Amino acid sequence: MKRRNFIKNSMLFAGILTTLPSVLFAKKSYAAWPKTSFDIKDLTDSVKSVYGHNNLEESSKVKLKAPSIAENGAIVPINVSTSLENVDSIMIFVENNPQPLSSGYQLTQLAEPSIGTRLKMGKTSNVMAAVKSGDKVYTSTQEVKVTIGGCGG
Amino acid sequence: MSTIKMRSKESNGVVTVKALIKHPMETGQRKNKKTGDMIPAHYIQEVHSKANGKDVITIHWGPAVSKNPYLTFKYKGNKGDDVEISWVDNQGNKDTKIGKVK
Repeated sequence: MKRRNFIKNSMLFAGILTTLPSVLFAKKSYAAWPKTSFDIKDLTDSVKSVYGHNNLEESSKVKLKAPSIAENGAIVPINVSTSLENVDSIMIFVENNPQPLSSGYQLTQLAEPSIGTRLKMGKTSNVMAAVKSGDKVYTSTQEVKVTIGGCGG
Repeated sequence: MSTIKMRSKESNGVVTVKALIKHPMETGQRKNKKTGDMIPAHYIQEVHSKANGKDVITIHWGPAVSKNPYLTFKYKGNKGDDVEISWVDNQGNKDTKIGKVK
């Protein structure tokens, strides 16, 4: 009889343990930090891991503002805006960085598709801004020449 | 002292939020020059912003974002909105700040 109770109780406890995390994490409505995408070292693979495909379309509606020559690779100001409608996300890729995916911005209906930040760049590289609107991904690319690297610090 | 400095301003129904966060943003690829040991990665992974309690933007940052990161974004809003910015780094540290739109 004792044993039966023990089994019953332990099963109940196991049940609580398995349901508890899902309750805790259900509160977080937005996506978790995409570790795999941030770890990838190749631009093509990186793009594929973010969007599930490599069908990018160069578009003049994506405005990428970046310096053509960055004196300090540790602080490269990047601004991305677009006149496209229904923007889901904006991603910034730096091709020659150890990991090309630098940052991602998930927008809600409330947000305007215009963001700015500062990035580290190890060496001269193409910087690509990718805007997801509907099912399509539109991009704009610009080369940024770096005279002092940002990773040696 | 909050790690977040924030300023937000409304113009024609669009609020521009500018924020500076104090954070080392270590990539995990640098060496301590004296000891030769690798400096462990320490960077902000997620920044989240709300306006009057509604989600505006969720940002995922990698180690390539500069030290003491700067951020700007825009949303459809009004003067007097409560804008909240919060961040979490890869070591579980976090901070939140709420400010009023001017």
